Amino acid sequence: MAPILEIRDVVKIYSTAADEAPALGGVSFSVEPGEFVAIMGPSGSGKSTLMNIIGCLDRPTVGTYVLDGVDVAKMDEDQLAEIRATRIGFVFQSFNLLPRATVMRNVVLPMIYTRVPVGQREERAEQALAAVGLDENRWYHKTNELSGGQMQRVAIARALVNDPAIILADEPTGNLDTKTGEVILDTFRRLQAQGRTILLITHEYSVAAHADRTVHLRDGLIVDGDEAAQ
Amino acid sequence: MSLYDLVHETLLSITSNKIRTFLTVLGIVVGIASVILMVAIGEGSQATITESIKSAGSNLLVVTPGGRTSGAFGDRGGPPGAGGAGAKLTQDDVDLIAQLGGVAQVAANGTSREALTTPGANVNMSVTGVGEGYETVKAIETSVGVFISSEDIRGGTKVVVLGPTAVTDLFPEGTDPLGQKVRIKGINFTVVGVTKSKGGNALFNSDEVAYIPLTALQRYLTGSDSISTINVEATTAEGMTQLQTDITATLLAAHHITDSTKADFSVMSQSDILSTASTITGTFTLLLAAISGISLVVGGIGIMNMMLTTVTERTREIGLRKAIGARPVDITMQFLSEAITLCLVGGVFGIAIGWGVSEIVTATGLLTTQVSLSSIGIAVSVCAGIGIVFGYYPARSASKLDPIEALRYQ
Repeated sequence: MAPILEIRDVVKIYSTAADEAPALGGVSFSVEPGEFVAIMGPSGSGKSTLMNIIGCLDRPTVGTYVLDGVDVAKMDEDQLAEIRATRIGFVFQSFNLLPRATVMRNVVLPMIYTRVPVGQREERAEQALAAVGLDENRWYHKTNELSGGQMQRVAIARALVNDPAIILADEPTGNLDTKTGEVILDTFRRLQAQGRTILLITHEYSVAAHADRTVHLRDGLIVDGDEAAQ
Repeated sequence: MSLYDLVHETLLSITSNKIRTFLTVLGIVVGIASVILMVAIGEGSQATITESIKSAGSNLLVVTPGGRTSGAFGDRGGPPGAGGAGAKLTQDDVDLIAQLGGVAQVAANGTSREALTTPGANVNMSVTGVGEGYETVKAIETSVGVFISSEDIRGGTKVVVLGPTAVTDLFPEGTDPLGQKVRIKGINFTVVGVTKSKGGNALFNSDEVAYIPLTALQRYLTGSDSISTINVEATTAEGMTQLQTDITATLLAAHHITDSTKADFSVMSQSDILSTASTITGTFTLLLAAISGISLVVGGIGIMNMMLTTVTERTREIGLRKAIGARPVDITMQFLSEAITLCLVGGVFGIAIGWGVSEIVTATGLLTTQVSLSSIGIAVSVCAGIGIVFGYYPARSASKLDPIEALRYQ
């Protein structure tokens, strides 16, 4: 089966200064459909840069990136926006929900950029909210009335609603206590069981342990697990 | 993003902070309302002035001292001879015109701006010295007492007829003005009559006047035999052009002037006066509109300020919207649409309030106002324009935010 995500020799250089090391110094890896992969590394390892490139928020300086059969490395800003809208579902550490809006409005929001007909939106949002297991009696509450775990489930439902190829989660448990974090990670595993591809970025081994495999980053390069542990 | 979503997002966002939205919109409301009101006052004045010139009769020619470019409103307060040194009209000119064919009536008057004093008040106003026939030519009627009589004019009697506003200015309420004394330049004049109200406009209140015999004006106030206006009523409207030519020729000869371009007087028909008046009121309207336009600009700056604050406050939301697939143009449109909506909402309320206040001003009888469709049309387009101009920069800076930076923004 063709990989759903393939990165080859990706280099990212932010500064033009010669003495500065590249944020990514030639990274290659691929993810198969239905895999749950963790990307791990300490701060400064380039994992945020890698996440931004995988999330099509940024472009590599050199290298290719094929997402779901589409080469996105050379796309312009509007094309990248389209890719973000349809093929990637983001989950953030700090949830990034609209605070004064209801759960339903937050989950419906991505569909205004993919031109889903108004009549179908609520139904699709309900399916996504059911998939993440949020109580139905919370669906019309404002998001600032929810607990952290509930907010993160709303964020995951929002990521799911446009049926993306991959879910990209950046430290999704970073703002949650351990027990709630487990609930969220269980949610990801349930989504994986339904056939979703999940990419999780973290700096915690206990979190990465939930994934099928872990990609370790250090100083902008991929290293094997033993090396990373040193 | 579809139009439906654009409108929906805009409404959700401007209703999310109602107090701030209200205060920002208030700036536009005040700006538009004042433009509508000021233009209404200007146009109302234009209409009343035009009306009063027309009501003076289409057969009227007005002779004033000075060249054409000055003294068009010589009967409205300019000192006699305002047109330049030696440029003046006298009783001799009046007599010459009276002898011409096609003249129904000639009425001379002089004006002077004087302080009128009574035991309780001291008011500056225009004092008109009226010659014979003035009452008929200007269609003045008295509500109380009588107007200046021919005997008064011949004898230079110290009598005065006041306009209704002048009466309320000079005497305490409830006083019968007839027989009272009014001091003008230290001389006592006896009130013999009060005219009926003719209404006023923003430029000139025709009720705040005092009429005295022309001879009294010349003898006691100006000390000169100058006349500021000669009103000539033609017998027929058709004879106007001929009469205008005759008067010009007669006065040129009497003043020993050979070159008609150097005439020290001007003879204006009603249409000449109308065009002069509308030039003046047009400038006046423009001036009022420009002054109130400043408040509109201030309102626009308020919109820009609010939009910039909004963009900063919603940095993370903008980052999120970009992450979930908003294109830069979607973000620009969203914020631009908020700014334009705020302006248009302000515009609608501004028009309603400006219109309402105009009607109230008219109803009080203080001034006549006239709200025109064109001023409303201009107000609406100015509103949208302000929204675009002052909303574009904040919207553009929102669309240019780096999503990565924006999502990290605290």
